[in-house]
Amino acid sequence: MMQNKRVPGLIRDPAASQYCGQQEKTDVTIQPVISAKSLDLTFQTGDGPVHALRDVSLDINRGDFVSFIGPSGCGKTTFLRVMADLEQPTAGQITVNGTSPEEARRARAYGYVFQAAGLYPWRTIGGNIRLPLEIMGYDRADQDARVKRVMELVELGGFEKKYPWQLSGGMQQRASIARALAFDADILLMDEPFGALDEIVRDHLNEQLLKLWDRTNKTICFVTHSIPEAVYLSTKIVVMSPRPGRITDVIDSPLPRARPLEIRDSPEFIEIAHRVRDGLRAGHAYDD
Amino acid sequence: MRNALPILTVLAVILGVWYAAVAPMNIRVALDQAQRGGAELVPATALERQEVSVWALMLRNPVQIGETYAMDRPRLPTPGQVATELWNTTADMALNGRAMSKRSLIYHGWITLQSTLWGFALGTALGVLGAVAIVYSRVVDMSLMPWAIISQTVPIVALAPMIIVLSSQLGITDRTVPKAIISAYLCYFPVLVGMVKGLRSPAHAQLDLLKTYNASGFQAFLKLRLPASVPYLFTSLKVGIAAALVGTIVGELPTGAISGLGARILIGDQFGTPLAIWAALVAAAILAGALVTLLDLAQRITLKRMGMQA
Repeated sequence: MMQNKRVPGLIRDPAASQYCGQQEKTDVTIQPVISAKSLDLTFQTGDGPVHALRDVSLDINRGDFVSFIGPSGCGKTTFLRVMADLEQPTAGQITVNGTSPEEARRARAYGYVFQAAGLYPWRTIGGNIRLPLEIMGYDRADQDARVKRVMELVELGGFEKKYPWQLSGGMQQRASIARALAFDADILLMDEPFGALDEIVRDHLNEQLLKLWDRTNKTICFVTHSIPEAVYLSTKIVVMSPRPGRITDVIDSPLPRARPLEIRDSPEFIEIAHRVRDGLRAGHAYDD
Repeated sequence: MRNALPILTVLAVILGVWYAAVAPMNIRVALDQAQRGGAELVPATALERQEVSVWALMLRNPVQIGETYAMDRPRLPTPGQVATELWNTTADMALNGRAMSKRSLIYHGWITLQSTLWGFALGTALGVLGAVAIVYSRVVDMSLMPWAIISQTVPIVALAPMIIVLSSQLGITDRTVPKAIISAYLCYFPVLVGMVKGLRSPAHAQLDLLKTYNASGFQAFLKLRLPASVPYLFTSLKVGIAAALVGTIVGELPTGAISGLGARILIGDQFGTPLAIWAALVAAAILAGALVTLLDLAQRITLKRMGMQA
């Protein structure tokens, strides 16, 4: 919409144009997929207001793999939920694909992976992955083809007829990722998807996720509280800290796109991990 | 088969207690009969025996204890007597081609079963619809739920005659209708409560997930809330059908009904034939057990087909 050159400014959302305006004059391809400006979000609770987000600004470009890392209460999940239109900011602006999060959600612009796989126990794995396709009204043949394709993408081929309880936790989480991929959203929002899994399974899934990102060229926002996971996966690491939830550091990773697991022993990897750790410590200083 | 042993143990204990209770429960009547037969008793008259406990009577008149187990009109019949009466009024009559005779418990059980099933269907429909309304509307939740709870505190024996009088005022002569209404009145509540719990059982993240798909409310109901409520529904249905049977029997008690298990219990009471009451009670219990077992089977098959049972 924003890139409509013939009738500039006519069909634009005024709030969005406010700060996307300058970018229109430059190259449209570098317009961020997600752009947050001075986001505030305050929850009113019985114990008084909780500042989940304070003055959060961030641009995420197409094809980025962005990790959000920080201790609990730093607002990383809240930020992700704001992108997904599951929470409403109390101040500031955010655009997703150049539109409001609500419009992006209605346009099914993103797939969301929750911490728990949340598969329906009464549906087979195939049936679970089919769920968004049924809701979005894809025809039966298209559904079949898509389910088959994404199941292969997450290496679950042959498990279509199995029920969730017949699969391990890691496989269930892979199925939930396949479910988020099935309808070809460009953006993948992942909220600690591997948080409940053991180290070995997590390593394996991290590797698979990188391959998948490389193949599909999606923009991925990934919430985690594991430093190695954040450094291993990301092109951009956003360090956050709590009370109020805010961004304390944004690190652009110099690591190449192709990342074997061994890269974690390289000096560059260790250096970035150090910087993340320092950022986390700085955010926590007043606690000690 | 693994479950059989504990069940049989409990059954044996019940039968043991029952048999042990027969002698003290029947000893006074047995002694009165023996007295008329000219037996020597201690104490000798019924009036004197009023002052003595049943235990003392049994100790002083051990000969008559045997008679307490073989009386025509016992205060408490033995399980064997009840079983014989039940056999005579069901299987034996069926074998002689009189299953639908007015003296047959199969006939009366069938009358009761009809009202029970109508009441169950009506109660289940009301319960499910009420639950949907409660889950989807805060106003209905606030207004309907308290009344649903209050409705269950009204004694059904007090309500039953009114329902029957009112339905006859409407020109309904078929007794099945008021009985089914009473039965539905008892049955809808467990279904309502269970379905509200079931429809609300999906976790918040599940509803968030559907929101990310931009699913409509109806899709969320059809694809998430309804299937998630199925296990709860069956649990409620099992409670509901037992309540529906109780409702029907209560509906038959105070209304001068002449057919149905409830009517048999009332008539047995009026004519002083405890055996008939006990046989009707056991028949009602067997009927309830069969209905619950059928629903349990339906639950197993449904959940298995839904893939929810490991």
